[in-house]
Amino acid sequence: MAAIETLVKDLGPKKFSLRGKIWTVLLVAVIVAGIIAYIDQLIQGQQVTNMRDYALWGIYISNFVFFVATSFVGSVTVAILRLTKNSWRTPFVRIAEIIAVASIIMAGITIMIDMARPDRLLNLFVHARLQSPITWDVIIIPTYIVISLLLLYFPLLPDLAILKNHFKKTKPKLSKIYGRLSLNWSGSTIQKKLQSRAIHIICILIIPVGLLLQTVDAWLFSTTYRVGWDSTNFAPYFISGAFVAGVGSLVAVIYVVRKVKRLEHYITEYHFDKMGKFLALACFIYIYFNINEYLIPAFTSKKAESIHLETLFSGDYAFPFWLVTIVGLIIPALILLFKAGRKPKTMFVLSLLVVLGSWWKRYIIVTPTLLHPFLPIQGVPESWRTYFPSLHEWLITGATLAMALLIITFLVRHLPVIPIQRTADEQKDDKLKTAEV
Amino acid sequence: MKNNSHKSRRIFLNKGVKATLLTALGSLGLVKVASKINANSSEGSGDMVELMTTDGTLIQIDSTEVQAMPSAHTDEVAYNVREGMPNRKFVMVVDLAKCKNALKCQQSCNKHHYITGENAWLKVYEMQETKDTAPYWLPSMCMHCDKPACVTVCPVDATFKRRDGLVLIDNDRCIGCRFCMAACPYSTRVFNWSEPKQEFTLNMDMINHHPSPEHGGMPSQIGTVDKCDFCPHQIVKNELPHCVTACPNGVFYFGDKYEDTVTNGEETLRFSQLLKDKSGYRMMEGLGTEPNVYYLPPTDRLVEFEEGLEFYNEFQSVESPEE
Repeated sequence: MAAIETLVKDLGPKKFSLRGKIWTVLLVAVIVAGIIAYIDQLIQGQQVTNMRDYALWGIYISNFVFFVATSFVGSVTVAILRLTKNSWRTPFVRIAEIIAVASIIMAGITIMIDMARPDRLLNLFVHARLQSPITWDVIIIPTYIVISLLLLYFPLLPDLAILKNHFKKTKPKLSKIYGRLSLNWSGSTIQKKLQSRAIHIICILIIPVGLLLQTVDAWLFSTTYRVGWDSTNFAPYFISGAFVAGVGSLVAVIYVVRKVKRLEHYITEYHFDKMGKFLALACFIYIYFNINEYLIPAFTSKKAESIHLETLFSGDYAFPFWLVTIVGLIIPALILLFKAGRKPKTMFVLSLLVVLGSWWKRYIIVTPTLLHPFLPIQGVPESWRTYFPSLHEWLITGATLAMALLIITFLVRHLPVIPIQRTADEQKDDKLKTAEV
Repeated sequence: MKNNSHKSRRIFLNKGVKATLLTALGSLGLVKVASKINANSSEGSGDMVELMTTDGTLIQIDSTEVQAMPSAHTDEVAYNVREGMPNRKFVMVVDLAKCKNALKCQQSCNKHHYITGENAWLKVYEMQETKDTAPYWLPSMCMHCDKPACVTVCPVDATFKRRDGLVLIDNDRCIGCRFCMAACPYSTRVFNWSEPKQEFTLNMDMINHHPSPEHGGMPSQIGTVDKCDFCPHQIVKNELPHCVTACPNGVFYFGDKYEDTVTNGEETLRFSQLLKDKSGYRMMEGLGTEPNVYYLPPTDRLVEFEEGLEFYNEFQSVESPEE
């Protein structure tokens, strides 16, 4: 029991330090600015963005794709590592689940921000047509939100019960909330059996749903005739990209949480080493699909496709394209191959590069294609031939990112970031093992 | 034994039902006959009407017996806007050899659809395939495809395909996702990024007007998509689309594929023959969108091209209203 008390002290909810408070205030400020910008967008219409008839989708859509991709971390790390019984996952599954929940919620909100008539949101249900990929998104995103929430919630039950007992005397009100949420968890054998079965089912469910979510996202693009989107490679390309974005953001968040909450004892270099290998695997799979998507088509590309590839390789978008591909993907993958490259600090920097790269990569997937339609761009103001997000778009983008981080911060603040019960059980097992020896 | 009794019971029930049905039918027939007898015995009004039969003989008939026949012409029947006009299939033929970029089509279209944005629905592109070939003018509008990519991807059925070939937009339903614009390979769709303000800038009279997908731009709505609608509001009045009548060079032919005729207002031609004689083609046939706009190739292009250049404006297709 004493072991659990120390664990609660280390891993349980703790009041914010000054730094934590400043961080939260900062996030709230960014969100408020974004909300003001969004209200202005509602009043004035989307003319406040720099999107126009040719660049008809912009940074909102790339943000959406990025959030969807990041949410994939729930299926990959949590479900797959659980089903393959990789025990090194314990200290960071909770954080992965939190990231998945935060980003899929923000994906849903971001796509609504892109809608020019959010007042007609209900039409998506009233007049839904099953043949449209958007309807598929309307079905799959809420499903993924529910499954992600359950995947976060079910493993939390024992920990919530522990917190309830922990706060019984000091904070009875808080204890009551944790008690309600713990659904009268007592740790009986039948409860444990039920819980582990439920988690198992959710883990098996979330893998196909996660894959479908990424696939539908890719199909949003590949169901059009547009050069650069009309690709059969798109779904696996998006799935592998989501693998990178998800694991990358997980590493980044873990590093920060570990530092702020002083969890060096729980999340050790061993875990980072394992995560590093996992991230390297993700990067190399993504590189493979990148080669399929960009290099191989260069051999047989038709005229329109040649022009598209040329803009990426040596034209207007060459700088961001190569920056994202080399600095955001190839270099991190190579560094992660070495043991020295998988130290926490290096990995933090690499993961930031990878996440930024994944984000900007989505922008490069969306924009250049739209600016190269089949018929030439004529008869519209010259500014319509290029696209760079406006101030409104940046503010709203910042706000969505801040909102995702705020959800993560809130959950990290109020929930044990590392499963307490599980860690305690594992420590007991370890002790038994050493005693046997 | 048990099985047997079940069977006999079923047979009994079956027969019973049939018998009941027969009785019901029989009684119905009786009622009919009775009513006939009654009708015969009753007196006519005595008011006789003279009529001519199809073989030309005159007959007299009591006025109460005269009944109106439903008309064989279905044109008169009010039709569903989403279904389209029955037994029609609208097509357009654009003769590129005649186009001199006079832009009257565009101006007329902009005016009659109250376009206030910066992107016209009908555009005339300056085209040149390669450096070695002569340039030509390419008027482009909605192709009203038979396999419209825009309709496929619309999540709310706001843009729809009618039986008469038209692809229209229900601006009251559009959610502004712009997926149709991404899907259209002809870049024909236009978005209302801001409030159109047609009432103010164009003095549009919106009183007594019922918005309908049949007249695009009447009115335009913020956050929704607009495009060329093939002017069904003109067709209903038996008139040609605005671009066809406005063109001074007779570039546009409009007509009905089932009637196999198209007209540019001056001459009326056999649609199939015209395509055959002048090697008509459709834009980006390879995509499989099956457009309903046909092009006749730009022959003699070198000589004529210089003429339209004075009107060519690379960055403008809608004149700003203040003038």
